[in-house]
Order: sequence, then structure tokens, then C-alpha cells
Amino acid sequence: MSFLSGVDMIGGYGGADILQGCTIEVNEGEIAVIVGPNGAGKSTAMKALLGMLELKQGDIRFRGKDISGLTPQDRIAEGIAFVPQTNNVFTSMTVYENLEMGAFLRDDDISTTVEQIYELFPILAEKRDQLAGELSGGQRQQVAVARALMSQPEVLMLDEPTAGVSPIVMDELFDRILEVRQTGVAILMVEQNARQALHIADRGFVLVIGENRHTDTGAALLADPEVRRSFLGG
Amino acid sequence: MSNTRKTQLAFATIGVLLLIIGFAQSWNVSLGILNLCLISAVMALGVNMQWGYAGLLNVGVMGFAALGGVSAVLVSQAPVVEAWNASWGRMLVAAICFAGTVAAAVFTYRKLASGRNRNLALTLVILVGLALTRIFLDPAISSIEAIEPAKTGFLGGMGLPIILSWIFGGVVAAGIAWCIGKVALGLRADYLAIATLGISEIIIAVLKNEDWLTRGVKNVTGLSRPVPYEIDLQTSPWFIDLMGWWHGSVLDGLATDARQQALKQFVIDGSSIFVKLCYTGLFAAVLLIVLWLSVRALNSPWGRMMRAIRDNEVAAGAMGKDVTRRHLEIFVIGSAVIGVAGAMLTTLDGQFTPTSYQPLRFTFLIWVMVIVGGSGNNMGSVLGGFLIWLVWIEAEPVGVWLMEVGTGWLDESNALRLHLIENAQHMRLFFMGLVLLLVLRFSPGGILPEVVRKR
Amino acid sequence: MEALTDLVSALVLILNFIVVPGLSYGSQLALGALGITLVFGILRFANFAHGDTMAFGTMITILVTWWLQAQGVSLGPLPTALLALPIGILFTVLLLVITDKTVYRYYRHHKAVPVTFMIASMGVMFMTNGIVRFVIGPNDQRFLDGERFIVRARDFKAMTGLSEGLSIKVSQGLTIVIAIVLVALLFWFLQKTRTGKAMRAYSDNEDLALLSGVDPDRVVLVTWIITAILATIAGTLYGLDKSFKPFTYLQLLLPMFAAAIVGGIGNPIGAILGGYVIAFSEVMVTYAYKKVFIYLLPQSLEPEGLLQLLSTDYKFAVSFVILVLVLLVRPTGILRGKVL
Repeated sequence: MSFLSGVDMIGGYGGADILQGCTIEVNEGEIAVIVGPNGAGKSTAMKALLGMLELKQGDIRFRGKDISGLTPQDRIAEGIAFVPQTNNVFTSMTVYENLEMGAFLRDDDISTTVEQIYELFPILAEKRDQLAGELSGGQRQQVAVARALMSQPEVLMLDEPTAGVSPIVMDELFDRILEVRQTGVAILMVEQNARQALHIADRGFVLVIGENRHTDTGAALLADPEVRRSFLGG
Repeated sequence: MSNTRKTQLAFATIGVLLLIIGFAQSWNVSLGILNLCLISAVMALGVNMQWGYAGLLNVGVMGFAALGGVSAVLVSQAPVVEAWNASWGRMLVAAICFAGTVAAAVFTYRKLASGRNRNLALTLVILVGLALTRIFLDPAISSIEAIEPAKTGFLGGMGLPIILSWIFGGVVAAGIAWCIGKVALGLRADYLAIATLGISEIIIAVLKNEDWLTRGVKNVTGLSRPVPYEIDLQTSPWFIDLMGWWHGSVLDGLATDARQQALKQFVIDGSSIFVKLCYTGLFAAVLLIVLWLSVRALNSPWGRMMRAIRDNEVAAGAMGKDVTRRHLEIFVIGSAVIGVAGAMLTTLDGQFTPTSYQPLRFTFLIWVMVIVGGSGNNMGSVLGGFLIWLVWIEAEPVGVWLMEVGTGWLDESNALRLHLIENAQHMRLFFMGLVLLLVLRFSPGGILPEVVRKR
Repeated sequence: MEALTDLVSALVLILNFIVVPGLSYGSQLALGALGITLVFGILRFANFAHGDTMAFGTMITILVTWWLQAQGVSLGPLPTALLALPIGILFTVLLLVITDKTVYRYYRHHKAVPVTFMIASMGVMFMTNGIVRFVIGPNDQRFLDGERFIVRARDFKAMTGLSEGLSIKVSQGLTIVIAIVLVALLFWFLQKTRTGKAMRAYSDNEDLALLSGVDPDRVVLVTWIITAILATIAGTLYGLDKSFKPFTYLQLLLPMFAAAIVGGIGNPIGAILGGYVIAFSEVMVTYAYKKVFIYLLPQSLEPEGLLQLLSTDYKFAVSFVILVLVLLVRPTGILRGKVL
């Protein structure tokens, strides 16, 4: 029984069904990665877990509880955090204010969480009073992840966190994500850079046209010759 | 119900309403309303071209209508010779200075690379140019305004038949629209709205204050007419004969004296109705021409392209359509139509009163017509023009009547009752807003929605 | 010595006819433009009904002021209208909240395009205008009482011995003081409170704000409440300073839009800056500088004309020209707001 799961999901944004019965699951302290070709429905599957589209069919459970009826806001309140691919920081607010917004639904003291975040992302401590819009692409991604972590989520969902950043920054981001896993958070991410992502993944889902093609541990998928040939470029 | 059936039904309803007004109030009132309905319909067609075809939000309808209005003055008034004699030299120099300023500004703008230097140079050129212009213009203006200020005090017009102003008004409005469009059209819809709102206020300010050109708030009255005068009709034998024939059955039964009396009354009443009918004919002709052209244009390749641009600007732009240029075209054409309607209105009024141009009446009311009638549908705009004008005019007496009945239980001199009756006319604004919101919410296509042809 | 007196006199003239009126008019515009910019930032449309919202709030304030005056209540040297303001604000809040519930909310939930909101706001403008004219009539209303001046021109002359007087009206002083207090409160609210930050976040990035758990309905509600407070106070101050006439308030829409856009729409500091830019431009361009130059220049160079750049009737033209210039040179406004 998984921590967060969406089983046999069918649905889309009103037109044709993008998801054709795929299943996505993630456990505590685990990194799950969704990979696949363009248009496979990777981001859509993640958004379905968050409730951002209406499913025709599918069972979405969080900590064993059915959350299909909840709005995205309610799911966030339950302990799921989401980092969108683009426009994922408040550009006109300072880094610290971005963190505060991440903790918007909390009414306890957030200072210890902020300290933890600063430990995890030291650069943010340095830039805490700068506007997020003035930061570099990699720094912004860190702000985005940090904002999501501020709600102390049990599941962190990342939509292509490394899109458009340089390889060095990408490695650094993956390192940070591994560190986040150490704190016991379940991490689910969609990635274009399949090879690197599967390296750090405990579990990988290869989606094709809205269906699960391969599901296994990251290492096993990397070793699977068919996966290598079809999705990882040899 | 199909759109055609709806159109027939709607216009039949309006016809019946006008007939009811004719019988219940008077034919004079009924025809008066009809004439303004026709003008409103032309204006609404102009706005519909901009909004319905192209999605351009023109909130400066009032300004273009006023430009049409002032054209009526400039075309039809006799030139004031003394004023020209007193000022032509300075006026000429001022005009040259002004033209030179514009040319120099354009030249500077083209020749210098953008940046602080260009901005500085431009500012300098414009300031010096305008100062030079004013050195010559100011004394010219004083000399013009000094000539019989109570009667003229302005340059007068061209002394041509006033009907030409309908064309002239369209041209002037188109020219100004071109200038505004050049500046405001590449930007998003909201900016155009605010820019047009601004320009219309400025146009009105100019018309109110440039006495040498428009007599300003002193108004220009007694404009010439494209139709006969009542007083001439009343003395024309053919008209008296016509009235005698028309009312023959009533007149035949009367004694000679009484018959003379009755005929005289019929001639007086008939003359004003005849004049209104002449206007009705002219306005209806203009409306039909504009409508015919609009329908033709809308269904031409050009019209299809317009709607394609409206529905998806990005896609149309990607397909190589020059979106800004097409927008400029439609903006200019629509404004010209509004200008024509404005000239017609001033012609009908027989006088030009800058203070009568109020945004609620001239801009926002026309918008209600277009939205309620059905944006994107020409017949819808015509219908909206008729219907909303009718409601606008009749809401006043109906409102007052409602208040009188509603407060009947109060004493005649009760302050509240008097206040309510006195201010009842303003409730029609409230009512218009309500109609607009209801249509927008529950029937966003309007009464006659745009016809989307499937292929 | 003579030269110094002349210089001081010229300065007093400028102070009296440009600085003081510019500051008070600018404050009124700034408060109005703040309302427009907040609605734009949060609800994302240009609110054509804002001028009439101001008229409505002012009307209620005037009615309550008259009632208070009839009861013999007064604030001594200050205008009674200040006492009536809270009631005016209350009614305006009600008006805006009701229009939001009945009109705008539907379009918000249906994700309508901004133009639809704008046209809806025209409908609201009509209705509000109708109510105002119906209740109080279309004419000029005066409701200023109490002391008229803080500094009288005559007293100033007697005090300083100068030939030029400086007069500051109570309404002008009040406007400036209230505007400063109000703006300080607003910025404190936006920068320091939870709701204020939620508003800024929502304005900055709606989707991310929703993902952070911001309740959109609450943000919108608070926005309307703040708009109502700003609009009523701005309208009342303008009415005290000049006079109240429904049509004038409709016309204020243009300079207020200009102020909001010139400063950078969606940006509150921009709205304030824009308000003063527009106000000072209007006052400076339409002021006749003849007397100033008489003091400053030697007698032989005395100017003949009024030295007025534009007649006062063209003040709308000033806001418009500045607006156009800014649109051409820097479409996001002086302080980088959003592009409309």
C-alpha cells in the first residue's frame, strides 16, 4: 500500500483523454520519477494526483484515504506540495517572503523550518532579502523547491525541475533533492533528463501515450536494454 | 428560433411600438424617435465594425460623433469674410509653422537613433515649433474672436450644402482615428479603451474652447438644412393641396370657414411631419448604404480575415496577416461611420452645442446598443440602435409616471415624492446598466448573435 | 534687498498656485489611482466604474454630513464630513461587495477575458451613476463646513510683509495628511500582514498563490473593501476641496487611469507617483506664469502675454499626452508595472 497513489487514471483537460489508465505511486522517503517521450502525459499524470483535472476514472489515495473529491487547495492542506515547471516563484517578492507564502497555511512558528531550508539551500540565506525575480535560473528553482517545502509536506511533486538550467546546476539540484529525501519526504517528479533522473530514483515510471510501459526501480530501468534503446538513447 | 425569424419579429415589435407612440403621444414624437433610432443604428454599426468584427474596444465614440458634428458647422456655415480678412495672413503663417513642426518632429524621429538624445531633440523641436505657431496664432485668434462676438466671432465654414458634411464628417473622423490608431493599436485592448476615452475628452475640450473655430460654448445655431423648412411648406400651394387631398374626407364635411381653419391646422401639423419624413428618408438611405457595405465587407475575404484575427490574433499573425495594419483599417473605417452619424445628428438638431456631448449618452449608450443587439452581427447592431434608443427615450416619461403612481399615497407637496419624480429620469441610467449586465451574463451574444457559418 | 523680496515673492506665488494645489490634487488622484491599480492587480481588469464608486461613497458621506449638520453636530474647525466618512465607507463596501457577488464573480469563475470584465464594469458604472443621480441629483453640492483656511493669504501678507499671499485651505491640508496616513497604512498592510502578502502574491502569480493555499475569494473581498475605503476617502476629499458633482467624478476616471498606467499599473507605489506626476503636470502646464516672471525679470523684460502654456480647459489633454508618451516610450510605466 503506497503513501500516495493514483491507480488506473483515465482523463484529460476536456478534449481527448490524455491519461489512458496509468498508475503512479510513491512511498515515504522515496524518489519516484516519471519519464517518457513528449506528449506521453507525464505532467498530466502528476497534475491528476493534485486534482488539477477531472478524471473519468481512477482512484487517488493519500495515506490510505481517498482524496479524489478534494480540490487542489485541500490536497495541499493535507500535505502535498507542488512545484510547477514555470512561473514557480513570486518574482516581485523577496526570497524570504516566498518562503513565507509557502507556509501560508501554517499557523505555527515557521522560523525553524526557515533555518532548515537555509541549511539545505545556503544560497537562499544569503539572498533572503532579494527579489526572487532578480535571481538566476538555478537559484529560482531552489526558491521554488524551498517554497514548496515550507508547508512541511509529506509528498513533494516537482514538474521538470531541471528544465532550462545548465548541467552543473542540474547536478546540484538533484543533490538537493536527494537531501530532501533524507528528511523522509516522498518525492515525485517528472523529468526530461531521464537518464540522470533515473540514477537517483528509487522507482521509475515510463509512460507512453498515457499508459505505463515500464515500472521498476530506477537502477533496473537503467539496466533494461529495451528502456535504454527506446527512451534513453542507447 | 432562427436569426431571420428573430430579426423580423424584433423589427416588427419596434414598428408596433413606434405606431403605439404615434397614436398615443403624437406622430411628431414617433417620427422624432425614429429619426434618432436611425442615427443610433448607424453609430452602432460603426462601433460594431470595430468591436464585433475586430474586437477593438473604442471608448471614444463621443469624440468621433462630435467631430462629425463640427463638420456640419464647418461645411454649411457661411464663411465670415471679415474674420478671414483680419486673420488670414497670420493664420497661414501659423499653419505653416505647425506643419513645419510636425514635419521636423517626424524628421527628427526618423533620423536620430532612439535614446535620450532623440527624446530631447524631439521635445525641443516640438516646444519651439508650438511656441512659434502660437506667436502667430494667438493674435489671429484674438482678431477673429473680436469680430461681432455675439453673432459670429469665428471663421465660419465653407458655405456648402450641409449634406456634404456627412461625408466630410466621416473623413475628419477617419483622419483623427488614423492618428490615434497609429499610437494605440499595437498595444493591448485595455490601452486602446483608455486612449480612446482620453482622446474623446480632448476633442470635446477643443470644440468647447477653440472659439475661433467652433464658437465654443456659445454654440452655432441655425444650421442650414438638407430638407425644406416648415414655414416654406406652409406657404407652398402644392403642399397645401397635398394636405387638402390627404385629409379630404375630414375636410369635405366642413363648412367653408371651419374648413379653412382646419386646413390651416392640418398644414401646420403636416409640415413638421413632412420635414421629419424627409429626414427619415435621408437617414434610412444612409443606414441602408452603410448596412449594405458592412454586410458585403463582413462576408468578403477581408471580413473573414478580420474575424480570424479577432478570434486568434497570434495564429493569424503567424499566418502572415498584418494584424496591426488590419486593425488600423477597421478602426479608421468604423470611426468614419461614427463621424457620419455624428454629422447627421447635428444636421437634424440644426445646431451645434459642444456641451451636449456627454460620454454616457454618446459612448456608453452606443456600447449598450451593440452588446444588446448582438456584437458581430450587423442587423443586431441596427436592432440594438433602434431598441435601446426607444427605451432610452421612453424610459423617461415611463419612469416619471411610475414614480407618480408609486408615490400616489404621499401628499402632493411631499418632499420625498417631489424628489423622486424630479429625479426619476436618472433611473434610466440604472436601467440601461442593468440591461447591459443582464444581456452580458445571460445572453452574451445579444438578441441577434453573430452567425457563425459552418463549412 | 529688493531683489531678494522679489525672489521670495515669486517662490510664494509658485508655492501658492502650484505646489499646494498640486500636492492636494495629486493626493486625491493617487488615492483614486490606488483603487484602480489594486483592482487591476488582483482582478486583472481596468475598472471603468471606479469614478462612480467614488461618487457613490462621497454621496453617502454628504447625505450623512447633512444629517449630522441638521442634528447640530460639528467637529469645530474640521469639516463634519470626517465624522460621516465611516458610514460612507461602509455603504461603499456594501456596494462593491454586492456588485462583486452579482456581477464579477460569475466571470471570474468562468475565467472570462479581461475585456468582458471591462464591459461589465461599464454596466456597473451606468447603474452606480444612475443611483447617484437619482438620489442626490446631477447638480453641484457643497458640504464643506468648519474653518476654511489653515493659512489665509491676508494673514500671510500681514505676517511677512510680502505683496504675495500664501493660502492653504483646510481641505488641502486634510487631503495631504490623510493621504499620507492612508498610504502608510496601506503599505504596512500589504508588506506586513498575512492577508496583504497573500494579495501581493495573488497579484504576482495567481496559480502559485492558489498552490500556496491562498483563498482567492478572500483576497478579492479584501481588495474590494480596500478599494471602497480608498475611493470614498478620495472622493470625499476631492468634494471638500472642490465640489461634488456626479459628472466630474466620471471625468476623473481619465486622470486616474493615466496616473495608474504612468506609474506602472498593478504597482501601488507607481499609482502614487503617477498621481503626483499627472497632478503637477496639469497644474504646471495650465498656470499663467506672468506674475512670476514680473518678479524675476527686470522691468524692461516684462512679459506681455499670460505665459500660460495651455488654457485650464485642456487639463485632460495633459493627462492624456503624458499617458501617450509613457505608452510609447515605456509601456510598463515609470516603475515597471504589468503590461496591460
